[in-house]
Amino acid sequence: MEIPYTVKERKDTGLYNAKLGIWLFLASEVMLFGALFSAYILLRVGATPGTWPHGLLNVPLGTLNTIVLIVSSVTVVMAWASLKMNQFGKWRMYQAATLVCALIFLVIKSFEYHDKLTHYEVVTKEGDKHHVYDGHLVQEDKDKVVLHPSAHRLYTARAIALGFGPEPAGAHAPADHGAKGHAEKEALVTIQRSTIEHMENYGPKHHPYLAIYFTLTGLHALHVIGGALVMAFFFGPGAKMWKTDPERFTNRIEISGLFWHFVDLVWIFLFPVLYLL
Amino acid sequence: MQYSHDTHNHTHEAHDHEEMGFWTKYVFSTDHKWIGIQYGITSLLFLLFGFVLMGLMRWQLAYPGTPIPVFGPILEKMLGSAAAGGVMSADLYNSFGAMHGTIMVFLGIVPLAFAAFGNYVVPLQIGAPDMTFPRLNMASYWLYFLGGVVMVISFFLPGGAAQSGWTSYSPLATIIPTQGQTWWLLGMVLLINSSLLGAVNFLATIIQLRAPGMTWMRLPFFVWAQFVTAFLLLLAFPPLEAAGVMQLMDKLFGCSFFLPTGLIISGKVADVSGGGSPLLWQHLFWFLAHPEVYVLILPAMGIVSEILCNNIRKPIWGYKSLVYSLFAIGFLSFIVWAHHMYMTGMGTAISTFFQTTTLIISIPSVIILTVFFITLWGGSIRFNTQMLFTLAFLVMFGIGGLTGLPLGFNFVDLFLHDSYYVIAHFHYIVAPGTIFALFAGVYYWFPKATGRYMCDFWGRVHFWCSLVFMNVVFFPMFTQGIAGMSRRMYDGGVNYSQAANKGLLGALPDSAIYSNVIISIGAWMLLLAQIPFIFNFFWSMRNGRKVESDNPWDATTLEWQTPTPPPHGNFAVEPTVYRGPYEYSVPGAVRDFIPQNEIDNKGKAKAPKS
Repeated sequence: MEIPYTVKERKDTGLYNAKLGIWLFLASEVMLFGALFSAYILLRVGATPGTWPHGLLNVPLGTLNTIVLIVSSVTVVMAWASLKMNQFGKWRMYQAATLVCALIFLVIKSFEYHDKLTHYEVVTKEGDKHHVYDGHLVQEDKDKVVLHPSAHRLYTARAIALGFGPEPAGAHAPADHGAKGHAEKEALVTIQRSTIEHMENYGPKHHPYLAIYFTLTGLHALHVIGGALVMAFFFGPGAKMWKTDPERFTNRIEISGLFWHFVDLVWIFLFPVLYLL
Repeated sequence: MQYSHDTHNHTHEAHDHEEMGFWTKYVFSTDHKWIGIQYGITSLLFLLFGFVLMGLMRWQLAYPGTPIPVFGPILEKMLGSAAAGGVMSADLYNSFGAMHGTIMVFLGIVPLAFAAFGNYVVPLQIGAPDMTFPRLNMASYWLYFLGGVVMVISFFLPGGAAQSGWTSYSPLATIIPTQGQTWWLLGMVLLINSSLLGAVNFLATIIQLRAPGMTWMRLPFFVWAQFVTAFLLLLAFPPLEAAGVMQLMDKLFGCSFFLPTGLIISGKVADVSGGGSPLLWQHLFWFLAHPEVYVLILPAMGIVSEILCNNIRKPIWGYKSLVYSLFAIGFLSFIVWAHHMYMTGMGTAISTFFQTTTLIISIPSVIILTVFFITLWGGSIRFNTQMLFTLAFLVMFGIGGLTGLPLGFNFVDLFLHDSYYVIAHFHYIVAPGTIFALFAGVYYWFPKATGRYMCDFWGRVHFWCSLVFMNVVFFPMFTQGIAGMSRRMYDGGVNYSQAANKGLLGALPDSAIYSNVIISIGAWMLLLAQIPFIFNFFWSMRNGRKVESDNPWDATTLEWQTPTPPPHGNFAVEPTVYRGPYEYSVPGAVRDFIPQNEIDNKGKAKAPKS
């Protein structure tokens, strides 16, 4: 028994099976990411006015990553086109280029994650007075914590409740915090451990913005990893099929390419939504 | 295309399978028919399991606080303090309730209606050798199986299984400290991925593998129903997966997707960032769960149309109306979800919108049911077991559908929301509705799958007992609900009864409380009424009366034009289709049916050589 249209297209639909399959799969992926984007919208609309963070992410790095992915979607097309033109050598080059782009993207992304996970908000209490510090962790031991105050921060409900909110709170906000902190950027803050009431990094727990940021980009990164693994397989052991069944192999490259384009497209939406807006 | 040309039907299977080992043939099979059977038996077992959970809960509702006879000590042994002294604790009641819903919907009916019948029948009906992606098909079954295992294991965790209803509303679902909910979410992610693979496979199969001549308007209605169902699963499930991932983030990483600012748990402000939205969960959940209702009902309608035409020996009246109604339902089912949320305070404008779409979607549903009733007109009906179930479906589904209309109006829903009325409405659609259609399907296609009939006598016993007790169970719930009984009460409403609140206006009348006992007895009898079916099912596999031909019901669709049971690859000769699916009693024909692959009406099979 053989299943028809696995390689050749069916005349009335103009598709071979796997191509239809991947388009259907991508339709469901649109709904998956669509749901997360609508979650983003609801969280943002529902946030206390003035507390949704802006400029928290590194725009130059994000732009670089966008360019990396766009380049990869060009190489992915070129890879498929090379096979169509029967140029296996060129295909290898383009396939490798795509894989390198995927790797660069993930490395840059992990630097961005690291930046968020070493960024802390520290609430202290001395006597009756609360204080909120915010910055990147420089040094930490069992007596004290040293932070490097950051120009870009967000305001948690906890900080706002203690009177350390973004705007009108400026009157009694201490000098070392706030968006105007550029001038004090260099000054390190040392905090005694014994006074710390609460210390939390900019992980997904910290704020709904970070929660949706990590969820969206994490899920996207999983897609990048998945796509890269499949393409790496085609680059390595999977490439043997070129000798036995070149047309089917070309189809496989087309399918993985379609998936890859989708992953790029998701990023094209993620970038402005999370970095710019 | 390469087909086997062996014409000796019954030697076929042995011939095709002789090189396969036990594992590839029975466990990790890629044959759509065997996967269909795997799905079917697994999901029937889950249906039984889900029913037993409810059987136990019904004791607590009828006789609150008393030890469950026989099963109480067993529960205590298995689950420990949750069933101390054989009495169902409130926590256990909650988790049984949540898991009853989850198991029945996601592990029972959807896999049976969509995956089992769809897998077995769809490729046969469109004349395909198998599904488009046989290995994905296998993966789909095993993901489903794993999801089921995760759900079952969660009962034995400390604290038990998920407790916050099959709807798992946050914040409640998030802040319950036991691990049941986390396992529920993991199980759901597996099930969602399983149904995703299934949906892609079904759509690709129906679009790509139709036999020559099988044009869209010659598809049996069952295939159409599965086609639309697959689209619903494909597009509606991912948002629930997204919601599941977010709830998992809330549970595992302490995020606040669904937890509002200032959330107070047991008198203390919760240690969460807040800023989340409980409504977001409900929107995403119901965005799946309303189309899911149609996932439950559409395959059932498909089965009904096949059996109906076959047993009244008439073409269906209004085939195209059926198909277009299906599409209307499929489309509209994506924009009615918030009628489950009238009580959340999402605003009157939004409520009005969803009230309008909800009432519009009832139109195509009514068209479908009307078409079925008109089809009956003037037919000479064969009352075999599957036809009895089918006819009962029409009436029971009618009751379920009509009682849903008041719930669609948001001013009536204010009163009926979350009451037993809702339970009765929903179960009339799914239990004596969908499940009856599924039983009908089992009786109808059993001879194709096994080469033997199920016993008609025990089929009738099963049918009449089920019909009576279904109504004993669900009909009184309408009156309980209208009397004001909430669906969430662990003691069956005793604390709110007139007996407990003398003279209090609006307290539950005694009749509502007494009904609990009647309903419970009905439920247990209904459980017993399934014994003839279970016995019949397994006994007939080996000992049932043998079929005389490959087409024992004189049906027109292609699955009956194969050897019995169909071999690997299905058709001895690739079929070509010349006519529509329901050509019964065509004037001038020698027989009262003309199979889809016959050229003329002289009764001779005219399948050309491949």
